Amino acid sequence: MWYELSFLLLVYLYMSSSLAEIHPGKKVIVSGIDNSHITTKLLELGFIAGTVIEVIFSAPFRDPIAIELNGSVISLRLDEASLIQVEKMVNS
Amino acid sequence: MKIALLGNPNTGKSSVFNLLTGLRQQVGNFPGVTVEKKFGNIKVNGEEHTIIDFPGVYSIYPRTKDEEVVYNVLTDSECEEYPNISLYVADAANLERNLLFFSQLYDLKIPLILVLNMWDLATKRGINIEIEELQSYFPDVPIIVTNARVGMGKERLIEAIKNYKHQERNQSIIQNFNPSEKEDVKTQAFEATERFKKLKEISAKTEEIIQSKSDNYSKKIDKFLVHPFWGYFIFVGILLVVFQFIFSFASIPMDFIDGSFASISGWISNALPPGMLNDLISQGIIPGIGGVVVFIPQIALLFFFISIMEESGYLARVVFIMDRIMRPLGLNGKSIVPLMSSAACAIPGVMSTRTIADWKERMITILVAPLMSCSARIPVYTLLISIVIPKTKILGILNLQGLVLFGLYFIGLLSALFVSLIFKQFLKTKGKGFLLLELPGYKNPRWSNIAINIVEKVKVFVLDAGKIILAISIILWALASFGPGDKMKEVENSLRNKSDFIKLPKVEQQHYLASVKLEASYIGIMGKTIEPVIKPLGYDWKIGISLITSFAAREVFVGSLATIYAVHEDGEENTKLIEKLRNEKNKNGEKVYSLASGVSLMIFYVFAMQCMATLAVVKRETNSWKWPIIQIIYMGILAYTGAFVTFQMLN
Repeated sequence: MWYELSFLLLVYLYMSSSLAEIHPGKKVIVSGIDNSHITTKLLELGFIAGTVIEVIFSAPFRDPIAIELNGSVISLRLDEASLIQVEKMVNS
Repeated sequence: MKIALLGNPNTGKSSVFNLLTGLRQQVGNFPGVTVEKKFGNIKVNGEEHTIIDFPGVYSIYPRTKDEEVVYNVLTDSECEEYPNISLYVADAANLERNLLFFSQLYDLKIPLILVLNMWDLATKRGINIEIEELQSYFPDVPIIVTNARVGMGKERLIEAIKNYKHQERNQSIIQNFNPSEKEDVKTQAFEATERFKKLKEISAKTEEIIQSKSDNYSKKIDKFLVHPFWGYFIFVGILLVVFQFIFSFASIPMDFIDGSFASISGWISNALPPGMLNDLISQGIIPGIGGVVVFIPQIALLFFFISIMEESGYLARVVFIMDRIMRPLGLNGKSIVPLMSSAACAIPGVMSTRTIADWKERMITILVAPLMSCSARIPVYTLLISIVIPKTKILGILNLQGLVLFGLYFIGLLSALFVSLIFKQFLKTKGKGFLLLELPGYKNPRWSNIAINIVEKVKVFVLDAGKIILAISIILWALASFGPGDKMKEVENSLRNKSDFIKLPKVEQQHYLASVKLEASYIGIMGKTIEPVIKPLGYDWKIGISLITSFAAREVFVGSLATIYAVHEDGEENTKLIEKLRNEKNKNGEKVYSLASGVSLMIFYVFAMQCMATLAVVKRETNSWKWPIIQIIYMGILAYTGAFVTFQMLN
């Protein structure tokens, strides 16, 4: 049982990360937002758990990044993106 | 009746506003705050209604200074601006997110009309909205479809306003919604999540995604415009073209304005009986108004280009690629717009900082914006350059005079960035800055929107800066026309008795008279008083007078020198004045306008905060005298030490 649990944990760790670590061209699913002063603002823009988003490009120096979300493009600084927890999609 | 226009940013809200009101728009302020209020009138059934355009927001909870007004007005039904009907403009291609703010307003029981705008874009993206289905969720809200950018839907909008009937609203998205906790982020986050759960259900039932197509056109353009190398290359290229264009074309109407006001002045001083009233009008008021109007071509041209960038969607990309570079300096990517605007005039520049959400980033942007060389410095620069910089060519092609002018602009920009870095260490703030910016798809600019934007910016300049420039011009005129006791009369009489004065032609007599009177006036005394202070910079009392008069607007420097040296101003060329200044010697027989003192003066004008109008606007925008005072002091220190070092090194 411990074996299975640790395997699941590894898979979870592999599949989940913050949006700041995602490279351009990758689609991910929002899984949650860390608490901070801009949590509400991020939610209002549509970063809701379950939403599929794609990092479409980043500015020079890899910061800020541009994210496609429900057809609109939102730019976030890496600091802000690191508040958004995402899960990788299996087929992307 | 009051009609509010509400909605998210980038939903074409201003296009709807322009569609309904055309050019009959006014700009004012919301009471008690300095947020711009755009409003216009429409006639429905012979009744006049006022449409108020509110800033675009994503929810009722404010992020920036601009956005607070939405919260303040809509949560206070006693408020003067509180609308009878609200037109809620939504982007049909992004219904779910747009419905968030809508649902808050719905729960606040605000009478609403839902405008699904950008319908064509939604269709293009393969999205279809079942309006009847959507209607069933909000039964008392009329829903209409528009494409405001191409002018489609005006009749439907007016029809909907005309037929609007207030109905009791019994259902809500969230029960007992009360947005009184403006600061309680946790409750807000919970609320947003709950709302989106409901809205997801609604959009799942009403939205039919035939074939999801993203905006590939914009993606292709973005490959170049935000490219790590080409992105900056293109931006710098665009800036060069814009400023080249402004320099070469704005001078034509500016010369014309200069000339016209000079002739109006001359005409009035001849037409009215001589005396104080004549002088006040012909030497105080008319040149004062001229000094405001002369900047309009440059400001209009610069905002023409900035509006194109904004309308097309490019400006958001500039903010995007500049953010990382500006951040270490304590600025924000959005600071690029105020800094660019300040190259025409710091007043619209300072006002455009309102979009910067973070207090510290906004303050630093405001503090350094006046270091960017504005249009009022150009006449000073060009006069001084033509006096002390030779017309030689470097490496056969580069014009030395042009190079110096470019250098002055560059010093202004560099010092703005450097000073930001210093303020970053001193300003303390609770939160961290954030960007959260939407990059809209690329669109062809709509010329009517651009025209309206330019008119608005020019209006702001004329009204805000204009009245202060005019007031100071009149004060300076008084200081220059009156002196203590009978001093002025005495010098006039003693001059009239001199034999070589009487021999002079009438016009030159007048010039000499003006010159000696100015010397004896209050302002002449002020110039002489500050002479010991400015002597180490290489200036004499005559320059001192001109420095003081520059507080109306920097370009007054040129006119003051012309009066002091008793030469006739002959428009843009100033040939006589330049010649006179070149030959001006001090008591020791040294040139007053040497390379050292000339460059020292240029440096002084790069740094010094000599614009009362900007100071007044900074006071208004920051709600305290503290910031303009800090500005005067730090820029004054920069100017004095900069000019001192320059003079001592070159001398």
